[in-house]
Amino acid sequence: MSAAAAIRTAMPEAPAFKQGQSVRVLKVDAPGHIRTPRYIRGKNGVIERFVGFFKNPEELAYGRSGLPMRALYRVRFVQSHVWPDYRGAAADTIDIDLYEHWLQPAKTA
Amino acid sequence: MKAYHDLGGTPAGPIDKAEHDLQLWEKRIEALLVLLKNKNILRVDENRRGLESLGSDVYFSLSYAERRMLSMSNNLILKGVITVDELAHKIAEIESRKDPLP
Amino acid sequence: MNDPHDTHDHGDHTHGAGHRHPFQPDHDDMLTYPRKLEMAVRELLIEKGIITADEVRKVVEDIESRTPEGGARVVARAWTDPKFKQALLEDGTEACVSMGFEMALYDVKLTVVENTPQVHNLIVCTLCSCYPRMLLGLPPAWYKSRAYRSRAVNEPRAVLREFGLEVPDAVTVRVHDSTADLRYLVLPMRPAGSEDLSEEELTALVTRDSMIGTAVLQPFKAEKEGRKGRSTDAR
Repeated sequence: MSAAAAIRTAMPEAPAFKQGQSVRVLKVDAPGHIRTPRYIRGKNGVIERFVGFFKNPEELAYGRSGLPMRALYRVRFVQSHVWPDYRGAAADTIDIDLYEHWLQPAKTA
Repeated sequence: MKAYHDLGGTPAGPIDKAEHDLQLWEKRIEALLVLLKNKNILRVDENRRGLESLGSDVYFSLSYAERRMLSMSNNLILKGVITVDELAHKIAEIESRKDPLP
Repeated sequence: MNDPHDTHDHGDHTHGAGHRHPFQPDHDDMLTYPRKLEMAVRELLIEKGIITADEVRKVVEDIESRTPEGGARVVARAWTDPKFKQALLEDGTEACVSMGFEMALYDVKLTVVENTPQVHNLIVCTLCSCYPRMLLGLPPAWYKSRAYRSRAVNEPRAVLREFGLEVPDAVTVRVHDSTADLRYLVLPMRPAGSEDLSEEELTALVTRDSMIGTAVLQPFKAEKEGRKGRSTDAR
């Protein structure tokens, strides 16, 4: 098991991603209660900060415990990378609070 | 089933900026949700999932408060907090009242 | 008790200087199905001893007591007290508790984001309408609308234009989509010309929309004889 995978499967003690790290949002569709908006799936962003550990809302939505807790991050995206026809300043961004299991490392933002 | 509630970036028209005060019954819906949450009967996440299960026709034809009330009722029935029978009888009784407004 | 606004005691609840807003027409006095459902469910829950009528009344009162003035007080304190501002930006909930706000009913994290000459923040919840209710009260209808939830993320500058706000390209527009347990409040920039105002006077300048990000505060111009200037955009 790689070091990164080991960290990810442990009880919440260490978030997998670091501030400033480039990440990609999984491009996955699934039924159920998901708090990762469709418009951001498959997009690349940067970890703005680790927010904390929270119970998983996808599980809470079905009356389950939501444990083990999941790491939550604020991830920052450049708007012109998110929307092909974005009309605004090149530096405009969007911050979204996303759970670790929806993120994977990416090479560049 | 399409995630009709997931609205970011979907086509939409101008924003209606008119202000609308909430009526008492709408505030009570919010109050019920707070109480049910604080008493560990209905989580916010469960109520959201209920909203996402109403179907797009219902979701977009009801107001914010109305669809939250529907989701709450569905969830309470699902959890066995109230039964369909109790609810039906209570609604019938309300309808038969001379002055049903609180 | 047909019109709740007539029979409610507003107390200190400020509501834009007594200005009334119309109820949505199809909700006026009609016992629609959702209204019957609300009555039925509430009465059943009370009959079953799960809640009491008193509890419902108290929570409704708490909801009504929360108005944008709460957020305005926090903003005014942040403008005048650099230590408080730092604490607010680090942990919004804790800072508000220190000011005496009752935050326990809300198990979400208040997160304050600061407007600067370089960055303008805009708050939205595309998935449902999450909003910093503990400080601002209930969200305006437009915040919950399909159009705002759709367009605030992909065309924020056009949305701001609809609110009468043109943000220059040199200023970055930063949108926050509240998808988890954080509730965002914008700390607007302090109006130019307000340097001599007291915290209480500053509180009166802060509008609800400036704390959501759909407005900025106009420069303060002192008017003659004790009447304080008010910001021009809607509360």
